[in-house]
Amino acid sequence: MTLNESPSLWRRVRPHLFVFDPVLTVALAMLVVLSFVTMQSAALDYDGRMADHARNLLVAFAVLWLAANMPLQWMQRVAPPAYLLGLALLVAVALFGDVAKGARRWLDLGFTRIQPSELMKIAMPMMLAWWFQKREGAQGWADFVVAGVLLAVPLALIARQPDLGTAILVFAAGFYVIYLAGLGWKVLLGGFLGALASMPVLWSFLHEYQRQRVLMMIDPSSDPLGRGFHVIQSTIAVGSGGLWGKGWMQGTQAHLEFIPERTTDFIFAVFSEEFGMVGSLVLLSIYLLIIGRGLVIAANGANVFARLLGGAITLVLFTYAFVNVGMVSGILPVVGVPLPMMSYGGTAMLTLGIGMGLLMSIARQRRLIQT
Amino acid sequence: MVEVRNTERELHRLRVRLAVALLVVLMCFGMLGARFWWLQIYRYADFHAQAEDNRIALVPAPPSRGLVFDRNGVLLAENVSAYTLELTPMRNARLEETIDALSQIVEITPRERRRFRRLLQDSRRSESVPLKVKLTDEEVARLAVQRFRFPGVEIRARLFRTYPLGDTAAHVLGYIGRISPDDVAKLDDQERLAQYAGSTHIGKVGIEQSYEQVLHGRVGADEVEVSAGGRVVRTLSRTPPVPGSNLILSIDIRLQKLVEELFGDRRGALVAIEPATGDVLAFVSRPGYDPNLFVDGIDPQTWQSLNEDPDHPLLNRPLRGAYPPGSTYKPFMALAALTTGARTPADTISDPGYFLLGTHRFRDSKPSGHGTVDLRKSIVVSSDTYYYKLAYEMGVDRIHDFMKPWGFGQLTGIDLENESTGVLPSTQWKMRRYRQKWFPGETPSIGIGQGYNAFTILQLAHATATLANNGIVMKPHLVQSIEDPISHERQRTVPKESYRIPLAPAHLKLVQEAMAEVNRVGTGRLAFAGARYVAAGKTGTAQVIGIRQNERYDARRVSERHRDHSLFVAFAPLENPKIAVAVIVENGGFGAQAAAPIVRKVFDYHLLGLLPKDLDEDLLPKVQDEAELRDIPEDIEPETIAVPEAAKP
Repeated sequence: MTLNESPSLWRRVRPHLFVFDPVLTVALAMLVVLSFVTMQSAALDYDGRMADHARNLLVAFAVLWLAANMPLQWMQRVAPPAYLLGLALLVAVALFGDVAKGARRWLDLGFTRIQPSELMKIAMPMMLAWWFQKREGAQGWADFVVAGVLLAVPLALIARQPDLGTAILVFAAGFYVIYLAGLGWKVLLGGFLGALASMPVLWSFLHEYQRQRVLMMIDPSSDPLGRGFHVIQSTIAVGSGGLWGKGWMQGTQAHLEFIPERTTDFIFAVFSEEFGMVGSLVLLSIYLLIIGRGLVIAANGANVFARLLGGAITLVLFTYAFVNVGMVSGILPVVGVPLPMMSYGGTAMLTLGIGMGLLMSIARQRRLIQT
Repeated sequence: MVEVRNTERELHRLRVRLAVALLVVLMCFGMLGARFWWLQIYRYADFHAQAEDNRIALVPAPPSRGLVFDRNGVLLAENVSAYTLELTPMRNARLEETIDALSQIVEITPRERRRFRRLLQDSRRSESVPLKVKLTDEEVARLAVQRFRFPGVEIRARLFRTYPLGDTAAHVLGYIGRISPDDVAKLDDQERLAQYAGSTHIGKVGIEQSYEQVLHGRVGADEVEVSAGGRVVRTLSRTPPVPGSNLILSIDIRLQKLVEELFGDRRGALVAIEPATGDVLAFVSRPGYDPNLFVDGIDPQTWQSLNEDPDHPLLNRPLRGAYPPGSTYKPFMALAALTTGARTPADTISDPGYFLLGTHRFRDSKPSGHGTVDLRKSIVVSSDTYYYKLAYEMGVDRIHDFMKPWGFGQLTGIDLENESTGVLPSTQWKMRRYRQKWFPGETPSIGIGQGYNAFTILQLAHATATLANNGIVMKPHLVQSIEDPISHERQRTVPKESYRIPLAPAHLKLVQEAMAEVNRVGTGRLAFAGARYVAAGKTGTAQVIGIRQNERYDARRVSERHRDHSLFVAFAPLENPKIAVAVIVENGGFGAQAAAPIVRKVFDYHLLGLLPKDLDEDLLPKVQDEAELRDIPEDIEPETIAVPEAAKP
């Protein structure tokens, strides 16, 4: 190999192609397979939904690849502008947003409608990780106050829309960064107790439909044909699946329309009815594999930013999975949280793709530094 | 060095925190795993059963009700398929608002609203209640596109009972109505409630009521898989319903309609019977009503106006109205005298215009009397004195014993419910009824069909038919035969005579010929002038109010409702009678005036096919071709139109 010889195309492209973390890739591939199989059954009566789902997965894969190629420095540089843009859009929504289903969530840009709160799910942990990276070595209690403000402002805007599901996820994303950055255990405990104490106050701020959802979780049978219908029927679906499930395409609850939103938020009910407890545990294991790998990546991140962001992304994925499965099986209230990689829905898939891509980028760049 | 140590410490702290987070993750997933075990293993049987319950529903398939034809095959009650707009209260909390909104799409009249409210009170919350029936195709189309806006609103195809001839023979047919809580209790007692799963209607009055079991048929069932919205996805198994049997009435609906036209606005009743069979040819109660009003619930106002009408259109007069028979009783009294030996045909009395009992004068309707009267003349001139004396001599109990087999004051056993017994007096009856002994002074009036005597027109017609049939008693019946809806096999309801009254043929002949004389030279001569057959008859007048001693009855001086009832019994032809009739025209005055002309026209039509000149023939129902009648589909069943359910909240 001579010096003046320009590197071959292969040598230049190769590092950009092999950006995939093997463990994450295998786990995600398994999820994609399960996702296709389940969607085939759930979307039987929805024309074209399968194709749309496949398209969403392809788009998610594309952004995953792009994000995985992103150098750490770029990520850090992009964080504050992304956060500010998200904040500006949230303010715009509050002022000029469109109302759909009783909530002001959408912003009409003329050519397309966007939901800025979704952007915050990524921008929030990036921004906070950037902040703690900036304050590395000189970190004090005041930094946590600043981080708290950075978290609280967009959160208040999202909660006002109102969008409880997204607010929980954005809060979770920000909180995980702050937690991993080392917020004192006493403060955490105090905050937890304070939150418990302020529950009644919080209750008064909730919208009527949000209160109903919480009440429904406590006693779904109080309104079996109304608001409790979702929870009761999805619980029946899961329970009637038994150990091995009714078999693919054999779910009666799913195919006779007893499960509402069966391709989106409640797709786990379809999955669990048809594949039973064994299938459900397999699915949880795959998520656990992703989460475990994500935490290892975070632990070995190149710098504070990488470690905090990686940890937060991983734990947000966990939050998605836990809240969704918990809701469908009736131990958590119904909030609009999709099941990662499984539920139908372009925006969530996109966010997830970016998140996983960033995680892979973090994994790769740590490896490069070591070599 | 400090930098590095700081970094090392930070890294260590982060890793501890990540480990704690992993612990929390494992705990949470452990919770989910435990939840799976709880739902999918521990309570599996429960949820499995619930899912199956969700999936499979047993949908009753109600049978279609039997049809009703007249003796010539004219359709009198049928099932018409039409759409209804129905609301289920349980699935719609804001009924009034919904009805207001629906009225923007189709017209909903105040009458329909009132009826809906009344039906609502009688039905369960989960039952769908009709708001508007018999929707036009255009209304169905308009509703179908808007229906998703209204939870609990359904458009259903249903079979409607219709009585195409309206009020004609309403008291015979009766009507069906929605099953009431009382009906449910009754069906439950009879252990027939299961047969009514999916049925909404039941016979309430008339033959619709008395032949309910025959007309209803047997319920079937579909085992179906249903969606959450209640939509039937597919049928798993099916037991078809057995349709109800058809009824062939003995009524000649053209004759029936003719009589109803002849009555006009007058109140009264007429029963015509074929003596040899007991077939009721006409069974008229005037005024009538339209049974179609009742099928899907009558609105309270119409109900009130029918119920409070002084003419009592809902009263089944021939079945329920008991009247004194007046002089129409005399032929039967004459037979009693001859049969018991109280009189011979040759015995005569002198009629001075009254019968004296102690100091009381029983007056004859002819104040100057009829002179010398034998049995034959007593019938022809309708001598009251003759029968005062006869009754007094026979005594009430002998009269009672003779009259009882004729059906006077007894249930005739006709195929309608709630028949009145009337009163055939006797000493025993009076003791039971009034706890009083019989006074001899009460007996003479019995002889001329007054006093305690109270018979229905049906009983009078039945006795007249028995007289025409020479004492052979045939049970009167409105339904001639029951027809299997598939094989069209018919089974007669009254195949043979009930019993015979022992009578001497000479006695019968004497009385029958005396009655023919009535129509030739007696009180019926005007009505039967020029008849091309020999008709036997007897006029009668029943007092509505008592007339004091020494007072004369003057029709012009008493109010219309207190005028005498006009009665007539007759049969024709004298030899081999084909029809026997009893008729009452309420407050019609003297029997020959109002009642006899109606009977003349009935005979003219039935025996000769002649219609009165002033009657428009188009008024009468047409007899159709038998083949045409049979062209009625039998597989129409109620079903819900498959409009997708509104999305669940």
